[in-house]
Amino acid sequence: MSWDPRPAPDVTPETERYWTAAAEGTLLVRECQDCGLVYHYPRSLCPDCFSERVEWREASGRGEVYSFSTARTMSGWPEDDLPLVLAYVELEEGPRLMTNIDADPSAVEIGAQVVVEFRDVDNAEIAVPVFVLEDG
Amino acid sequence: MQLHAEVAKGALEDATLEKGDVNGYFTANVPEYEPGLSPLIMADYLGLEPSYADTTDFGGSSYISHVGHAASAIRDGRCDVALITLAGRPRSHGQATGSGARDLRTVQDSFERIYGATNVSMYGMAAQRHMHEYGTTSEQLAEIRAAASHHAQYNEHAMYQEPVTVEDVVESRIVADPLHLLDCCVISDGGGALVVVSEDVRSNLRRDCIEVLGFGESIGHHDAGRIDLTKTAADRSGSRAFTEAGVGPEDIDYASIYDSFTITVLEAIEDLGFCEKGAGGSFVEGGTLRAPDGDLPFNTDGGGLCSNHPANRGGMTKVIEAVRQLREEANPEVQVDADIALAHGTGGSIGTRHGAATVVLGGEDR
Repeated sequence: MSWDPRPAPDVTPETERYWTAAAEGTLLVRECQDCGLVYHYPRSLCPDCFSERVEWREASGRGEVYSFSTARTMSGWPEDDLPLVLAYVELEEGPRLMTNIDADPSAVEIGAQVVVEFRDVDNAEIAVPVFVLEDG
Repeated sequence: MQLHAEVAKGALEDATLEKGDVNGYFTANVPEYEPGLSPLIMADYLGLEPSYADTTDFGGSSYISHVGHAASAIRDGRCDVALITLAGRPRSHGQATGSGARDLRTVQDSFERIYGATNVSMYGMAAQRHMHEYGTTSEQLAEIRAAASHHAQYNEHAMYQEPVTVEDVVESRIVADPLHLLDCCVISDGGGALVVVSEDVRSNLRRDCIEVLGFGESIGHHDAGRIDLTKTAADRSGSRAFTEAGVGPEDIDYASIYDSFTITVLEAIEDLGFCEKGAGGSFVEGGTLRAPDGDLPFNTDGGGLCSNHPANRGGMTKVIEAVRQLREEANPEVQVDADIALAHGTGGSIGTRHGAATVVLGGEDR
C-alpha cells in the first residue's frame, strides 16, 4: 500500500490561499507590511508585531536543507512510502518550513539545494508542497 | 484513573497527610481521556474539592511546571496542601508514541503531520543539526543511554535493567536518522504523585521535606520560521530557576534531566549551562553522568530511557528521583552526596514546539 493520494491538510479560511496556490504551482509565504517579517506557517496576524497588514508573497520555491531525518519505521504510514525523509527547508526568503524531501535518502544532506514540487491530494483544488534535490 | 488514585494515596501516605488535607490539585491532560476536562474528571473520581486547581499542559514537562505553580499558589495563600498526579497506560493501549502519524487537530498539524512528522523524526532532525553544527557524534549520544542503563541495573522496577554499551546503542536499528532504537525512551504504563505543602504544614509533618528553591519555565517554538533545532527553552527556564534559587549550575549535585531521547538530554545540559553550547558531546564523555562519582550524576533511576516513561510523560519521575536523592533514598549503588538537585523537563517536541520547566530543590540539611 502507498499514499496515493497523499494525506491532505485541513483547509481553513486562514490557510486556504496557501493550499490553492500550491495547486496552481506556486509556493506562498506571508509578509508583514509593517515590520517586514516574512514568515511560515501562514497566520492572519504577524507573529512578530500582531499587524493585520500581512500580504501573500510568491516564494521562489528554492531553498536549502536546514535539517532532515529519515524515518525507517512508522505506524500509520504505508510501508511502500518508507523510508520517509522529513526535513526543514530554509527558503530563499528566510523562513524554515517543514516538508518532505522526495529523494534517495542517502543523497540528502544538510545544505543541499532543493526546489519545490507539488503533490496532488484527493481534493483537486489544493496540493501539498514537497521538495526535491536541485541537481537530482 | 485508578492509577491516579493509587499514586495519590501513596504520596499522601508518604507525606503523612490525609486526603481531606488536600486543597490544591494539579494535573495535566491525559491523552487517553480526550477531550480533556482533566481537572473535572479527576477531581470527581478522586473526590477532591480543591480551592485551587491548575492543569497546565506542557506535555511531559507539565509536572515540573506544576511544582512551581503549586509553590506560587501556596505563597499566595490559595492552598496549603497541593496534590499533583500523573498516570496513563500507553503501553497497554499499544500506542506508537514515537513513530505514529497522528490525526490532524491543530492548524500546525496541517503543516507537519501531513508530512509524516513523528516524535522520533523531529528529534532526529534536532540531532542531525546538532551534529552538523557542533560535530556531535552518535557515540556521544549513546553514552547518555549507557550511563542511564548503568543506573537502571540497580533499579528493580526498571523496564530495562541490563546495562548497555555505547556499541550496543549505535548498533541498534535506526528508527529515524540519526537516532537508534536505544536513543529512544521506553513506552510504559504507570504514574506518580507529589505533594507540595506550605511552611506551616511542613512543620507538623513526620517526614523529611525537600524545599523548592527556584523554578522557571518557558516555551520554545517555530519562532515564525526561525526555529533553531540545536537549542531549547531550557536556557530561559534554567536561568530563571537558578536566579530564584540563588545558585548556579556548578552548585548542582544531582540532576534529573528529561530523556525522551538522548539528544533531549544533550541539548538541555548545554542550555542549562552545565557546559558551553555545542560542547555537550564531549561533556558527557568519560562518565560525567554516571553516579555516584561523575561530575553531574543524572537520572539515577534509569530515567525514561531505561526505567519508566509513564503515560509518555517523564516530568513526574524526574522530580521523584531528585527528591529521593536529596532524602538519601535512592538505590544505594547510585546514591549521591547531594544537597542541591535539579529536575528539568522538555515536553512536546524540540522539532516544533516544546515546554521547558526547571526546578531547583534543596535537601533538609542544606
